[in-house]
Amino acid sequence: MDNYLVELTGISKSFPGVKALDNVNLTLKPGEVVGLLGENGAGKSTLMKVLSGVIQKDEGSIKIKGQEVNFSSPKEAEGAGIAIIHQELNLCRHLTVAENIFLTREQTKFGILSERKSNSKAKEILDSLNLDIKPSDIVGSLQVSKQQMVEISKALSIDSDIIIMDEPTSALTEKEIDELFRIIKHLKAQNKGIIYISHRLEELVHIVDRVTILRDGQYITTMDYKPELLPQVITHMVGREIKDKFPKVHCDIGEEVFSVKNLSTPNGVKAVNFSVKQGEIVAFAGLMGAGRSELVRAIFGADKKTSGETYLKGEAITIKSPRDAIRHGIYCVPEDRKKDGLCIKMSVKHNITLPNLDMTATLDVINKQKESNLCAKIIGKLGIRTPSQEQLVKNLSGGNQQKIVVGKWLARDAKVIFFDEPTRGIDVAAKIEIYNLMNQLKEQGIAVIYVSSELPEVLGLSDRVLVMCNGSLKADLKTEETNQEEVLFYATQYEATEVS
Amino acid sequence: MSEQAGTINKKITLSRSLKQFISTLSGLVVLLVIFGIGNRNFITTGNLLNVAVQTTPILLIAIGQTYVLISGGIDLSIGSNIALAGVMTAILMKAGVPVPIAIVAGIMAVAIVGIANGALVSFGKLPPFIVTLGTMTAVRGITLTITKGIPISGLPDGFNNIGISKTLGIPNPIYIMIIFAIIFGFILSKTKTGRYTYALGSNAEAARLSGVNSNFSLIKVYMFSAMLAGIAGLVMAARIISAPPTAGMGYELDAVAASVIGGASTMGGEGTIAGTVIGAFIISVLRNGLNLMGISPFIQQIVIGVVIVAAVFFDKIKHNN
Repeated sequence: MDNYLVELTGISKSFPGVKALDNVNLTLKPGEVVGLLGENGAGKSTLMKVLSGVIQKDEGSIKIKGQEVNFSSPKEAEGAGIAIIHQELNLCRHLTVAENIFLTREQTKFGILSERKSNSKAKEILDSLNLDIKPSDIVGSLQVSKQQMVEISKALSIDSDIIIMDEPTSALTEKEIDELFRIIKHLKAQNKGIIYISHRLEELVHIVDRVTILRDGQYITTMDYKPELLPQVITHMVGREIKDKFPKVHCDIGEEVFSVKNLSTPNGVKAVNFSVKQGEIVAFAGLMGAGRSELVRAIFGADKKTSGETYLKGEAITIKSPRDAIRHGIYCVPEDRKKDGLCIKMSVKHNITLPNLDMTATLDVINKQKESNLCAKIIGKLGIRTPSQEQLVKNLSGGNQQKIVVGKWLARDAKVIFFDEPTRGIDVAAKIEIYNLMNQLKEQGIAVIYVSSELPEVLGLSDRVLVMCNGSLKADLKTEETNQEEVLFYATQYEATEVS
Repeated sequence: MSEQAGTINKKITLSRSLKQFISTLSGLVVLLVIFGIGNRNFITTGNLLNVAVQTTPILLIAIGQTYVLISGGIDLSIGSNIALAGVMTAILMKAGVPVPIAIVAGIMAVAIVGIANGALVSFGKLPPFIVTLGTMTAVRGITLTITKGIPISGLPDGFNNIGISKTLGIPNPIYIMIIFAIIFGFILSKTKTGRYTYALGSNAEAARLSGVNSNFSLIKVYMFSAMLAGIAGLVMAARIISAPPTAGMGYELDAVAASVIGGASTMGGEGTIAGTVIGAFIISVLRNGLNLMGISPFIQQIVIGVVIVAAVFFDKIKHNN
């Protein structure tokens, strides 16, 4: 049996400074669903980008239906029958379903766009999938799951027989997931091959035939999937030893510094309670979409909340905007530094001093000397590597940019600091500097609350792990008494994802 | 260590903002040379003072527009505010209100328009283009309604002197222009108000999460723009001894032109008052020089249009290198 649709052997890919893929294998047969598993940063997306022609491999061979290929563009991969359905859907929201399905391959009659022809052809495809979608529906008015179905229909309209789905269920409700699984089974029956990337391990059982596991860009194993193998799969995914990468500092646990009661938000956080004591780093763990960043943003006043009380050293405080939070000494290093943390066109100095101008200005006029002294102090404290204070932030490395986002709070008196994914996309050396900094803050008695999707990091650094899933707090675990398996178990406690 | 870093910084800052300034300034110098060679009447004290007076209203409104552009918005209501301030002040003066009080009242009237713009953009979260398009139209309508469409003329001498008289041989509008350019240049580069304007245009969400009171800051920016338009309107009314309700039509786009020629970005976060000063002068030198060479106003428009696009185009090329 070697009528493979896809056969990837020994794929390697390096980016400057990182080996993103190292000798990775993957096969896919017709009528099969292969789950591609691994933690964030394991190389799943990179591998799929190689397969779909977005980036080119350094080494290894790609065979599609037995033919050795080397795609130089996504267009070529598309021509070979590969379709990729991204987590963020690539549809034109203002156009109709049919217009989206046939985008760039418009149906014409005498050279003029034919709506009738395009609608009837789209209807054929939609009907073949038993979908309750009209070709004339405006895509933006459809639910996310329906939009995803439109993407799948689009893939079928170009005769794709290899379909890659990247986290297709992350934005779906349980009912919508049922619908998706129905379609996937339908595609299987039509002998299509599907590569399925997901973090929701327990849902794999319903659709996946085999799983391929990657870790840190390395190929770990491929195995037939059975529900009872789930613990083994998790061990393979997280398998690495936690080395002394995480400089742990023990402090005496003191009084409660900060607590939150019954906090809910319009965007899905449900009645969360927690507290942080002096001398603790508390980590929020969970999968993407668990509601951790939403919780942090709501506490900080960046987003609205529907209910909830906040207490600082036992006293109730009201936070309606980031300015309120800052006034109380509560700071936040946001998740996406480019989007929410930095004014990218401005200099290092102007970014660091942005929240601190009250300390450098009299009657609105900024004292230049005070400002550059403050900036120099922070640059020195965090070892920010920049040719000058005037350097534009966009010219710095990710690690140094992140230090600036952190650094702008360190000139002020802090009581609570939130770090939302503080080490995402930065190199190991910069990561360790951030870890050390968080430890220092903890030693100073500042409540450090920290969100991370990197489990080893969470377990290496925190004193307590709060696990969230689907907007609710599922567990409050002492770090020294827990392990990755237990955290992952709580992180996947979705309410009744039963699929018949 | 840090002192050393400080001195290096200074050099880099100077070179960065200077580079932009020098390239725009050299554009202006080239124009002056060309027109100077082309017409002997161009480089005369009388004509150059005339150019400066003509630049005054453009520069005043361009300063306001620069603030708004830096904050990430655009102000289309400038032209209407020019007319409203002139008309309000003129009506009050004709009713016997003392000149200084009438002036303050005229500027207050447009300040309210600016505050409304800012509030709709910040609290209302509406696109600046739409908000100011709306106020542009409505304010023009208000001005036409209260004047019944007829210019208000016969203004008192005390007022007209602002536009016509000279102090130490230099026409008064030039002083007004210099004073406001210095004040608003200072605010933009040396105060929290100015810094927050840049931060909002560079990344409004990052600014908000850093504790910037973005609503208040935006309202201030639109209020500045409206008040500067009001002052420009008063200078214009004093020059022609009349306040027509149709004054300033289309001026908001001259203000955008001067700002972008001077290096402001319509995407926000970039721009300087020094650059805008040069930008405003480039526009009025072009008009004056082409006039003296007897080139028709129709052709002038073509030239100015090309200059706007070319200035931004070359700036883009420089940035990409």
